[in-house]
Amino acid sequence: MYNPGKIITILVLFVLLITAPILLNIGKASEPPAPSLDTAAIEQLDEKQCIESKEFMRTHHPQLLSDWRQQAVREGETEYISSSGAAWEMSLENNCLQCHSNRSEFCDSCHTYTAVELYCWDCHDGTKGAGAAK
Amino acid sequence: MNRRNFIKIMAGAAVGGAAIYKGLDSFGAEAAAGEAQTLPAKHWGMVIDVSKFQGTEDIKQIAAACHQYNNVPDIGKADHEIKWIWQEDFEHTFAELESEYFSEKIKKMQYPVLCNHCENPPCVRVCPTQATFKRADGIVNMDYHRCIGCRFCMAACPFGARSFNFVDPRPHIEKVNPELPTRTKGVVEKCTFCVDRLEKGEMPVCAEVSKGAILFGDLNDPDSEIRKVLGESFFIRRKVELGTGPSVYYVIRGGEASA
Ligand code: HEC
Ligand code: HEC
Ligand code: HEC
Repeated sequence: MYNPGKIITILVLFVLLITAPILLNIGKASEPPAPSLDTAAIEQLDEKQCIESKEFMRTHHPQLLSDWRQQAVREGETEYISSSGAAWEMSLENNCLQCHSNRSEFCDSCHTYTAVELYCWDCHDGTKGAGAAK
Repeated sequence: MNRRNFIKIMAGAAVGGAAIYKGLDSFGAEAAAGEAQTLPAKHWGMVIDVSKFQGTEDIKQIAAACHQYNNVPDIGKADHEIKWIWQEDFEHTFAELESEYFSEKIKKMQYPVLCNHCENPPCVRVCPTQATFKRADGIVNMDYHRCIGCRFCMAACPFGARSFNFVDPRPHIEKVNPELPTRTKGVVEKCTFCVDRLEKGEMPVCAEVSKGAILFGDLNDPDSEIRKVLGESFFIRRKVELGTGPSVYYVIRGGEASA
């Protein structure tokens, strides 16, 4: 073998380089998201409750919104009756965002953590970024 | 397996297959019958009283109110324009009615035009994703979530009622109506007869702000206001010869000539 010293040093450096992301993060769990409920609308609620149970909302909100979108736009059905019997408008603007008006600290805190990118905001919650061309 | 058994099995399979096929067939017939029961019970339509429009200002005001409510951007470039309701001259509104003997007033007038919510909409037929569809109440609506921006509907619409978002519309909306979404770059949009207002029991914006010049109601109900007006007036629809069956009616009173 020619130049074993050089080859082995370079090999070791190479292995260190490509495993650096793992080595640097050993033992450090990344912070779990902490969606903030600190909005004026939620502050005023007598019972700090979402439209369905917290567990249901956590696991099923994408499905729920997808169903709403189908029903409201294509079937003209705009009222959602929750499991407790309360009536809610099927809407992002006039429902979720009324209470969760802190979109970036609430919705996005989880979505950024799980690398879910919502394209909904290209159209929904239009108050953000409006009128910039004027 | 001998030949006799083989023939027996094959015959059995053929009979079974035929029975299943028959079952499928009657299932199909049932599905079709179910659809027939949900035939449109109502048919939303619009009556525009041309004699009540005194000038282009009237139309511009109505368009501004509509566009403000529905988050329609004002992009400020003619080739990027987004329009739900706008004005058009006589020649472009009623192309087939060409005659030199119309009064100057009628020929020079501007007419409010919008999506005709056709009974037989060509835009719906050509849409490859069913993003645009006809509701049971006659409204031709769009599901923006499905629109892929192919613009077949724009090519199919004989009224030019559809606009394409070449740029992000949001920066061009001065004051967003926070109750409604906007649209985004790459989708087509058009008038919806204000479906969200109808669901709340309100009239479309244009009808509400028109001071009686635009009436809205149920074409299938002989007692509705619009049917009463149609029953006692002369009216035209745009480009009926194309067979799309517009739901927007223009009442012509003749008074336009003297006004
Ligand atoms: C009436 C106000 C209100 C409305 C409307 C509302 N929420 Fe909530 N939401 C809350 C409250 C309060 C909580 C916290 C519940 C708890 O801690 O038990 C919550 C919790 C949640 C959670 C769980 C958060 C966590 O930490 O696990 C999700 C997800 C959620 N909401 C999504 C939505 C969506 C999506 C909508 C619209 C479909 C919506 N919410 C509408 C008030 C509301
Ligand atoms: C507790 C954390 C959490 C909160 C709070 C939360 N989400 Fe989510 N959301 C998720 C996760 C995780 C997913 C991905 C689920 C999957 O892909 O299976 C998701 C997915 C979605 C999707 C589907 C996205 C897609 O492309 O399929 C929508 C829509 C959505 N969320 C809307 C909202 C809205 C609106 C809010 C705020 C009102 C919200 N979410 C708040 C965790 C959360
Ligand atoms: C291209 C723009 C666009 C995008 C992107 C979009 N929406 Fe919509 N959405 C609309 C418009 C416009 C309406 C209203 C349609 C109508 O009223 O006929 C609507 C309606 C809805 C409705 C019915 C209630 C209402 O507000 O009228 C729901 C629920 C909904 N969208 C959910 C979503 C979700 C969830 C996403 C993301 C996964 C999303 N939308 C992405 C444009 C969009």
